[in-house]
Amino acid sequence: MNPVQALLALLVFPGLAYAVPMGWLMLGGERKLRARFQGRIGPPITQPFWDTVKLLAKWPAPRVPGDMLMLTILPLLSVGSALGALALLPVRAGDSGFTGDLILLVTLLELPPLCLILAGYASRSIYGEVGATREAVVSIAANVPFLTALIAMATAAGSLHISAIATGTPWSVRIPAMLAILLCLPVKLRINPVSLANAEQEVLAGPLTEFDGRLLALWELAHALEWVALSGFVITLAAPFRSASGLLDGVLFVAASVALVPLLTLLASATARLKIGQATRLLWRWASTVAAVALVLSIVMRQGGR
Amino acid sequence: MTAPERGLLYNLVERARRRSAWLFHLNTGSCNGCDIELVTCLSPRYDVEQLGIRLEGSPRHADILCVSGPVTHNTRAALETIYAQMPDPKVVVAIGSCPASCNVFDGSPVIEGPLEKIVPVDVYVPGCPPRPHLIIQGIAEAIELLTEGRMVAGDIQ
Repeated sequence: MNPVQALLALLVFPGLAYAVPMGWLMLGGERKLRARFQGRIGPPITQPFWDTVKLLAKWPAPRVPGDMLMLTILPLLSVGSALGALALLPVRAGDSGFTGDLILLVTLLELPPLCLILAGYASRSIYGEVGATREAVVSIAANVPFLTALIAMATAAGSLHISAIATGTPWSVRIPAMLAILLCLPVKLRINPVSLANAEQEVLAGPLTEFDGRLLALWELAHALEWVALSGFVITLAAPFRSASGLLDGVLFVAASVALVPLLTLLASATARLKIGQATRLLWRWASTVAAVALVLSIVMRQGGR
Repeated sequence: MTAPERGLLYNLVERARRRSAWLFHLNTGSCNGCDIELVTCLSPRYDVEQLGIRLEGSPRHADILCVSGPVTHNTRAALETIYAQMPDPKVVVAIGSCPASCNVFDGSPVIEGPLEKIVPVDVYVPGCPPRPHLIIQGIAEAIELLTEGRMVAGDIQ
């Protein structure tokens, strides 16, 4: 990956120029579809764009300078790391990334939830703290199966290179590993069955309770980018082949990202919010078991192949 | 004061304010009648979300403060804090007869209302409780006030 390609990936596709409208489209589509599933008409699909413009035009509330620094850095870091994660996605066959890019990508994907937890505590609101605690507990429970599944795929493919993992993992490992990752996806996107971190009304607005105007707009942007990055990550891992044409790969990637939205929305509208014990039990008992099966299979396969 | 220059950005912001009004609902001693009617507005029958309206959990996120209930002694401090926490531009909607006149609670020693004694009220929605149609109309009027953006660019007196 040369510097020009890297900059293009960060700023054009699958980075800034693609991800921001796509993220708004995904969030808007999610709200619209959820409304339709509930028998409502729902907001226009462009709603997240108008929300962002309105939030940017609000007057900032006066704050203590020390607080302001922390509360500004965290959403910026969150947006930046989500963009970085997007830039690392190997969408086309040509830009094959580098060895170990899986570790960097996972780190960047983990930064926004971490920022959110810190923001909850830094905002010094009791509701922010409760939301941050919930987010921390649930993301630990989700990361065990998520990382186990990724380790299983990396072991089976014998590489830490995302492109190699995507093309080289056998189906017997890929299916249970992807299943575990898919079970973790609603947790990482904080949508309904496990939306207890930002449980609206229940803990006010969770970690974001004290954020207003521009800072809240940044968080919304980070959330939109997380949608694009996480769905893109799942799609690149799930797709076992790349076509010869880079354009076709790009189109298929976008189509698969769009197709993931109705599935996640259906899950979100069909389920109620789980309690923290139920959510962690679901993740520890089912997602971790499936991920452990994938890991055992991958180790057995490597031993057998040697 | 001269009228603000109506450039592209100004129109964009105006349109965004019209299309995305977030509510914060505060019960200052209401009997729950108005609260139920307000939540009804979000149901499939009335569905205010198609206007971009969303019930928010935090006053920091909200544009419109919906108050129901005569202001009781216990809720007065909360009302003042929440009003101060909302970023400008903001609009206050009094839902039902209680915040307007204290209704049947008028004269009680624990009532500090009506609402306008404590925070400036922009829109009154009459009724005990008001019908959801009327609440939506009141919110629409509040959105018009928001769109005018009385507090844009340091217009605050």
